[in-house]
Amino acid sequence: MHQLRRKLLKAIGAAAPLMFTAGAGLLRSANALAAAWNKTGFESKVSADALKSLGATTPQPSKDITLTAPDIAENGAQVPVTVTSRIPNTQSISIIVDKNPFPLTSTFDFANGADSYVSTKLKMGQTSNIVAVVKADGKFFSASKEVKVTIGGCGG
Amino acid sequence: MAEPMKIRAKMEGDAADVKVLMSHPMETGQRKNEKGELVPVHFIQSVTATHNGKNVLDAQWSQAVARNPFLGFRVKGAKAGDKITVSWIDTTGDKGSIDTTVAAP
Repeated sequence: MHQLRRKLLKAIGAAAPLMFTAGAGLLRSANALAAAWNKTGFESKVSADALKSLGATTPQPSKDITLTAPDIAENGAQVPVTVTSRIPNTQSISIIVDKNPFPLTSTFDFANGADSYVSTKLKMGQTSNIVAVVKADGKFFSASKEVKVTIGGCGG
Repeated sequence: MAEPMKIRAKMEGDAADVKVLMSHPMETGQRKNEKGELVPVHFIQSVTATHNGKNVLDAQWSQAVARNPFLGFRVKGAKAGDKITVSWIDTTGDKGSIDTTVAAP
């Protein structure tokens, strides 16, 4: 684990200069993207820290975010989650599973006409709230929904 | 890990609806193998999507994204015949990429 982390850190360090040279947008390589990975957020063990890493300490609840997930997930290893934001100038959507060992699951940044909509499948360790955090015009908004999990999807 | 990916893009109204399936174990670092040893973390960290070469979506993921990840997104203003490319890179530096052209509705 530690060895892997070191390797990862090294890789991130090696890719960092790319951020500056290729930051213009068109030629951003996957390496540069890996450098931008929110390590602090993804390694946070509580939602509050994950939110802080996004710069969103107290997101404002919003009815303009639609968070679709099942009420009951029989298999925590494959929980379909869809988030749509109707908030103007939505820049990004992050999805947090409160009770996962590492609550922050994903952040999606939109550009050049991408619709503020994303659909994916997540793992859930146990019954938990799912929180969608939307960044729009530099402000943060959220919507949440509880999903009951009958079989967790972390170990196995 | 350069196993096949699947992608489909189709016009729906004024946007291209894109669906992608990636082949990846997305190991959480918490699962044990048959010998009872922990399987090391190994997951897709970053995903990027382009529309005719222009960046439209950058995703950062944790190990909580399900095995063989599914990703759905929409690109407004796209037209049938436009090119959509999706690429990923994982925690070991492995990469995958696939492209398709947007189909008419």
